[in-house]
Amino acid sequence: MSEFQPKILGFLCNWCSYAGADLAGVSRIQYRPNIRVIRVMCSGRVDPVFIINAFLRKIDGVMVLGCHFGDCHYLNGNYNAEKRILAARKLLSLTEIEKDRLYLDWVSAAEGERFANLVNTFTERIKNLGEIKINDGTKEMLLAVKDVLEGERFRHLTGVEYQVTEKENVYGEKIPVEDFEKKLEQILYEEYIKARILRLLQNNELTIPQIAQKLNTALDFAFKCVCSLQENNIVEMKGIRNGYPIYSANKY
Amino acid sequence: MNTQKIGAVLVVGGGIGGIQASLDLANSGFKVYLIDSAPAIGGIMAMLDKTFPTNDCSMCIMAPKLVECARHLNIKIIPDAKIEGLSGDAGNFQVKVRKKARYIDAKKCTGCGECKKHCPIEVADRFNQGLTRRKTIYIDYPQAVPAVYAIDKNNCIGCGVCEKLCLAGAINYKDTDIVENINVGAIILSPGVDVFDPKVYTKFGYGIYKNVVTSLEFERILSASGPFSGHLLRPYEGKIPKKIAFIQCVGSRDPQVGKNYCSSVCCTYAIKEAIIAKEHSKNGLETTVFYMDIRTFGKGFEDYFNRAKEEYGVRFIRAGVSKIEEISETKNLILYYENEEGAIKKEEFDMVVLSVGLVPKPDMWNLSRILRVNLNNFNFCRTSEFIPVDTIRDGIFVCGTFAGPKDIPETVAQASAAAGRAMALLTESRGSLVAKKKYPDEVDVSNEKPRIGVFVCHCGINIGGYVNVPEVVEYVKQLPDVVYAENNLYTCSQDTQKRIIEKIREHKLNRVVVASCTPRTHEPLFRETIREAGLNQYLFEMANIRDQCSWIHMYEPESATEKAKDLVRMAVAKARLLAPLKRVEIDVIQKALVIGGGIAGMSSALLLAEQGFEVFLVEKENELGGNLRHIYKTVENRDVRYFLNQTIEKIRANKLIKVYTNARIKEITGFVGNYRTKISVGKFEDEEIEIEHGVVIVATGAQEYKPTEYLYGKDSRIITQRELEEKIFNHSTTEFFNDKTIVMIQCVGSRDNERKYCSRICCSQAIKNALNLLEINPDANIYILYKDIRTYGFKEELYRQAREKGIVFIRYDDAKKLELQTENGKLKIKIFEPILKEDLIIDPDLIVLSSGIIAEPNNAEIAKMLKVPINSDGFFLEAHVKLRPVDFATEGVFLAGMAHSPMTIAESIAQAQAAAARATTILSDKKYYAEATISSVNEELCAGCGMCGALCPYEAIVYKEKDGKKISSVNEALCKGCGTCVASCPSGAMTQYGFTKKQIMAMVEAL
Repeated sequence: MSEFQPKILGFLCNWCSYAGADLAGVSRIQYRPNIRVIRVMCSGRVDPVFIINAFLRKIDGVMVLGCHFGDCHYLNGNYNAEKRILAARKLLSLTEIEKDRLYLDWVSAAEGERFANLVNTFTERIKNLGEIKINDGTKEMLLAVKDVLEGERFRHLTGVEYQVTEKENVYGEKIPVEDFEKKLEQILYEEYIKARILRLLQNNELTIPQIAQKLNTALDFAFKCVCSLQENNIVEMKGIRNGYPIYSANKY
Repeated sequence: MNTQKIGAVLVVGGGIGGIQASLDLANSGFKVYLIDSAPAIGGIMAMLDKTFPTNDCSMCIMAPKLVECARHLNIKIIPDAKIEGLSGDAGNFQVKVRKKARYIDAKKCTGCGECKKHCPIEVADRFNQGLTRRKTIYIDYPQAVPAVYAIDKNNCIGCGVCEKLCLAGAINYKDTDIVENINVGAIILSPGVDVFDPKVYTKFGYGIYKNVVTSLEFERILSASGPFSGHLLRPYEGKIPKKIAFIQCVGSRDPQVGKNYCSSVCCTYAIKEAIIAKEHSKNGLETTVFYMDIRTFGKGFEDYFNRAKEEYGVRFIRAGVSKIEEISETKNLILYYENEEGAIKKEEFDMVVLSVGLVPKPDMWNLSRILRVNLNNFNFCRTSEFIPVDTIRDGIFVCGTFAGPKDIPETVAQASAAAGRAMALLTESRGSLVAKKKYPDEVDVSNEKPRIGVFVCHCGINIGGYVNVPEVVEYVKQLPDVVYAENNLYTCSQDTQKRIIEKIREHKLNRVVVASCTPRTHEPLFRETIREAGLNQYLFEMANIRDQCSWIHMYEPESATEKAKDLVRMAVAKARLLAPLKRVEIDVIQKALVIGGGIAGMSSALLLAEQGFEVFLVEKENELGGNLRHIYKTVENRDVRYFLNQTIEKIRANKLIKVYTNARIKEITGFVGNYRTKISVGKFEDEEIEIEHGVVIVATGAQEYKPTEYLYGKDSRIITQRELEEKIFNHSTTEFFNDKTIVMIQCVGSRDNERKYCSRICCSQAIKNALNLLEINPDANIYILYKDIRTYGFKEELYRQAREKGIVFIRYDDAKKLELQTENGKLKIKIFEPILKEDLIIDPDLIVLSSGIIAEPNNAEIAKMLKVPINSDGFFLEAHVKLRPVDFATEGVFLAGMAHSPMTIAESIAQAQAAAARATTILSDKKYYAEATISSVNEELCAGCGMCGALCPYEAIVYKEKDGKKISSVNEALCKGCGTCVASCPSGAMTQYGFTKKQIMAMVEAL
């Protein structure tokens, strides 16, 4: 059997990392042929939704490469990219898809060799991880992640993170980055579970214990999430079963 | 006689200075001839690995400019050329230019490099400083412009093999020199410099010891495209060095070799090379810099120097190296040096880098004779402090290192300034000689089904040798919507462009994909081509199957071919969804606002007004002049008062300049081309004026630091340099007769813990004042206490004079602080004398503090109004420290003078003229054309959350109210098209043209 050849997608910014990749070419630095590149003007353009879609289409690994901090052609696009991609990695860690399949780093236009090394190392890593497993279960998980990524909370929080942790918030205060990250982590977990619940309830009518069991989460947390969904009128109560209310998604 | 001025300019020398001048001129309505003696433009900057102080890759930042020059309709690049004669006068010159035979038809050569592979003759490669060899048919560097090979006739044996190999039929052995007469209105000299040849110093053994290299050679060694592919190896046997020494001032500050000037750049480039070398080396590398004074006087340089010491552990030893000896077995080198205490030491290194100075090119004397411009004592072009980019001859301007040693940003600023001076001279002829390309009317393809044509390039054998191109073409033909596909030997060649146009017409193609090299260099060419066929230029997509495929998978042809197919399939998937785009046209109000009425602001205003643009000049004080009002003589002893009065008179006499004194900027709204500004005028701010303008130049200046150190303000015998200058020129001079001992203390308020930067001008100012004091009182004992003397450039001569006249220079540093006390009413200074290694007590009658320059406190306010950044020291932060020294990232806003950083009068004027020239690139056109691949808001979907606006670095997103809700809207003039807002929009209302979600997803899905 031939060796596993992972499919790798790279999002490269026009000004630094793409130029670095070109330089690797000009310098004839030989590296693994697994990567396919999509050029964007700025790493800040990379919507994590693209990445999840790539995984869903059985791309084994995704690299996002931007300019080094301070080098961004658009001043600070890469800072925002960092916040967004790292948050997406956090979300992936909640799924059975390894978060290491998503990689973020910086390559300057002068770093042809570094680009080649990063591609080789990442390709090797993905080889070790093996083929991405897309089955009904992981698909559900990725779709839930995608829901979170498309959601307002994720976008708002990752959007403001750089501003409020590195510069200042509207009160002229700076929020310690650890505090923000901790909060973000909680919110992402909650949003993820909510997205999973909502997906479950779209075709099923389930009770809290059933949901908690399916998602391997605490009863009280499942309940809290369902309540929140219900508050927003996305989920509704359908009746009672075995002493528990049963829920399903509101189909309008 | 025809007195009409010629709307064309000859730029002599295509280094970064010549390139900048050419682009500014061509972008403001002038035809440019850019000649270079080398086969390609690029100059020294193209040879550099990294640039200080940001360690940006030199080629990366330069390449876009090279490409723009090459592609510009109104820049004609003439390589291998030199001037042989000149007649005529300012406004109408006839220049005789000889173009050396290249033996290659530039129109046919595609730069594929097949010829050089088989050429049998090798010679030393000039571009790599002779560290490698090149063939006699060659190209200087991979990104060279023009990307055309040349035959080095002197070394060619005429075997004829290249002609047989050239698939493009570009070789022409019968080529001859061509002498051409070029008619231009002005000439800009930017011929650059050479580096000093250190063979003169036999003590260093350069040329004999293989491991002694020049700094430029070392630069090539560090470069990824250099002789050792970016691996730091020593030249003798390729060993990885563990200890490298840098020797400063090789061919600088040395009257014995006729170079009694400072080359200005070597200290900082040595620091850069030492840092980069350390970064290269994985197993620890020791770097040591031997120096006289560290002259890191530029913006951000001092910080760089500190980082080199503290973060990178670069060792700095203040010592002169007397001799180098080679150990014959190891080829290591022993340096003998005398340290500050006068002890002779020796130390072994495995490599030595000589920080060679900048010297004029040998043929400058000849050039100056032909052009009748003057050279100074050192054969650099002579200029004057008040007209820094003018030569003695009207209509001939100068910029860059030919006018004196300087770094890249100063060169770029001078280049824009020289372009500005030429623009002012030729204003009446602006636009008279520029070509405007006519394109056929755009075909409306919006209702058509996609019909995609794909052109796959062999690139000689660069792609075709590794990727099975015909197989890719056959594969592509089966993709949906692809109606035509073919392969080309060179898709970029002239005849293929014609072919692409024919095929577009023949097959009614409405989308074109080229699979070849990188879009970073070639996309503009193909866009132009499809435009000529009547397609919107954005209906084009590229697949990079060379730089990012064939070249990097040379040993895996099958994988490379598969990858090429994938890349083309992805490009086709995107192409299917491409839509025509338009660059939005914005009306430009052809007037300028200049903030600050100091010498910078006035110089900008004058240059703009000379070109017929209306200027609003706003000054917060009640008179014009700024800092110049307190300065009397320049370092070259020129009369500042006279010059200032003359300038103010010129401003007052110019009807196009409206001056507001006692005025304050209250509010600035708008964007490039269309600003509206409120100014309050008068002491009581009782009058409010509103003006409209298209650009803004920030020239707010800076202030002298008011010291809190050394009893200043508590004792009248302690004054600042500026106060001393006022006393020398304003008061009766008698009071200085009593002052027998005068001590000047350098770096007061500079290079300390609070303000880490160097104020650049204080060393020269102190020496200037000291020399003036000696004129008045020849018996005075003057001591200058300093950290490093930074009389860069030709100001070194001043330092020499001062020492000759008996001014005593004693070094101090922060470790051994100066102590100042009063004892029985007498001043006493205690200083540790490093040579004698003991404390020295001086009893001065007068102490002069060389207090530094600090930023204007209200810069922050202006910065906020204009939405431009300031740095941690309070000075404005330019768009790019190397190549955009007077631009802000925000389009339409420019920067000049000490608002940027401390600088001399000449430097301020050059920057001011540069800012005006840069502004002219916008003001000279009634329209401003925005980017096309910008963001856009779907107003229906927008929830008005404002996330996009918060993230936009260009303030391009504004809020408006529509149908009772608040929504975002993109200012098309300001958006630069990064797409960050799109990726963060929670409601999916944002999109980026050319990079839409659908398009990117289509590429992902095609994979």
